[in-house]
Amino acid sequence: MRRNKGRSRFIVLCVAPAVILFFIFMILPTLNVFRMSLYERGAYSPTETFVGMGNFQALAQDSLFIRSMQNTILMVVVVTIITFALALIFASILTHEKIKGTNLFRIIFYIPNILSVVVISGIFSAIYKPENGMLNSIISLFRGETVTVLWKDAPLVVVSIIIAMIWQAIGYYMVMYMASMASVPESLYESASLDGAGRITQFFQITIPLIWTNIRTTLTFFIISTINMAFLFVKAMTSGGPNGASEVALSYMYGQKDAGLYGYSMAIGVVVFLFSFLLSAMVNKATKREPLEF
Amino acid sequence: MELKEKHTSTKVYKAFIYVALITLAVTIVVPVAWVFMASIKQNSEFYGNPWALPLGFYWQNFVNAWNTAKMGDYMLNSVIVTALALIILLVVALPAAYCLSRFHFRGRKFFNVAFMAGLFINVNYIVVPIFLMLRDGDTFLKNTFGFSFLLNNLVVLAIVYAATALPFTIYLLSGYFATLPHDFEEAAYIDGAGYGKTMLKIIFPMAQPSIITIILFNFLSFWNEYIISMTLMNSATGGKTLPVGLLNLMQAQQSAAEYGTMYAGLVLVMLPTLILYICVQKKLIQGMTVGGLKG
Repeated sequence: MRRNKGRSRFIVLCVAPAVILFFIFMILPTLNVFRMSLYERGAYSPTETFVGMGNFQALAQDSLFIRSMQNTILMVVVVTIITFALALIFASILTHEKIKGTNLFRIIFYIPNILSVVVISGIFSAIYKPENGMLNSIISLFRGETVTVLWKDAPLVVVSIIIAMIWQAIGYYMVMYMASMASVPESLYESASLDGAGRITQFFQITIPLIWTNIRTTLTFFIISTINMAFLFVKAMTSGGPNGASEVALSYMYGQKDAGLYGYSMAIGVVVFLFSFLLSAMVNKATKREPLEF
Repeated sequence: MELKEKHTSTKVYKAFIYVALITLAVTIVVPVAWVFMASIKQNSEFYGNPWALPLGFYWQNFVNAWNTAKMGDYMLNSVIVTALALIILLVVALPAAYCLSRFHFRGRKFFNVAFMAGLFINVNYIVVPIFLMLRDGDTFLKNTFGFSFLLNNLVVLAIVYAATALPFTIYLLSGYFATLPHDFEEAAYIDGAGYGKTMLKIIFPMAQPSIITIILFNFLSFWNEYIISMTLMNSATGGKTLPVGLLNLMQAQQSAAEYGTMYAGLVLVMLPTLILYICVQKKLIQGMTVGGLKG
């Protein structure tokens, strides 16, 4: 009996701090996101008035919000497709071909992942800078004249953010796929190439189907994380400018918070939250295949 | 004849692969190296060819960044916040993960599911409610006691970092603890060791590799984080962490054109992570494939 009492006390002592911190700083704020989206709150006083679905109705009319959602969807689609295609191809090359310096390549490709998004945005503004930027000087070299591409202006700004996001994400996923590709037995490739299957056939018929489960989980996580990363990149690179042209959903949410429109800001949060869940559920369903064993 | 043809096509393919790999590597290494080079250039050098090598080591950039732009103070803040957050995280998460994975008690399943659900809560969504909660707390404290300490406080920031890292950390540690056989504890209990002693002296030392993985990943995420820090350390004159300081420096640079200082600041932020990475890159990549997914 005494031992039992000591055991309960030990468990409570161990688990309670984590549960308390988790509740105060994660569960409570999450519940608050949903609750506050139904209220309007004074910018400086904590008085709240219940407005029901009012914030959401206003959102449906807000053309800036709609543009920010369009930008979010564009970024998620383009960044996901390009990152996954390149990461899979490079991972497959580095696992299967006898390449000198595989390890060095792996170390280099992983570097962007350890840098802060603020640092990456600093690096990319050095690349994109209209006067004396790295990119403009390279383009000028090929064209034989001084070219100034204004990357931070309206149509190109989303593209320049997308490039930075791909640059950051590619190495991480490559290293991850290299690990799962290494577990595919070499004998499968040997017998396939005896049957006359080329490298591209092997890639699509052996590699991709066999690591499909891994691709599927990472894809779902990647979509959720791209929605967040888009916010981090936009906030650091352009703050949504010029005139909201590069705004994404979460940066718009943060902007409304700065304007003191807390209820409205949280309504955006709810919409994006539900959107990301719906999107990952859809992707999860669309990519369902019978798992293959090897 | 046929064999020879195949041989040349393999060679062409190989060459193509090298070109592709080297291109990707160059697009990563060159911009990073360029920033290092730019950090020792004088301001006048930025108006010429961007690929020109620096004329000399212009250390004044680093002195300016460290003193005038206050990056030295911010560096200290970042070190304090990161270290404190890591300590809080380990002290809180290790015992919790141990109990949740190895003891059977009422509510265990509920807590496990709750922490799993926490993996899907991203801090970007909840940063506004956290900010409002702390601001309301400050207003309350000010009205009742005449002082407030929740916003613009490095310790509170560290606690928030630790709390938001709990789900992933507990998930990773529980996965490891669950694989250990129960014989370890039984032997320790027979020898007369209590629960606490068994946990601290027997189990935690065995978990060292997982603990190192956790420290590495969370060091990188705490050091690089800027949204929470920017929101909770919102006073214009108050302390900032390094990435937020750098962001301000980058914005100020657009009007003042102090290029050298800005690139020196950039180097100051990324140098610690790069040094750490070079030292532990093997461990980091292994840990990533063991731990699976990160946000």
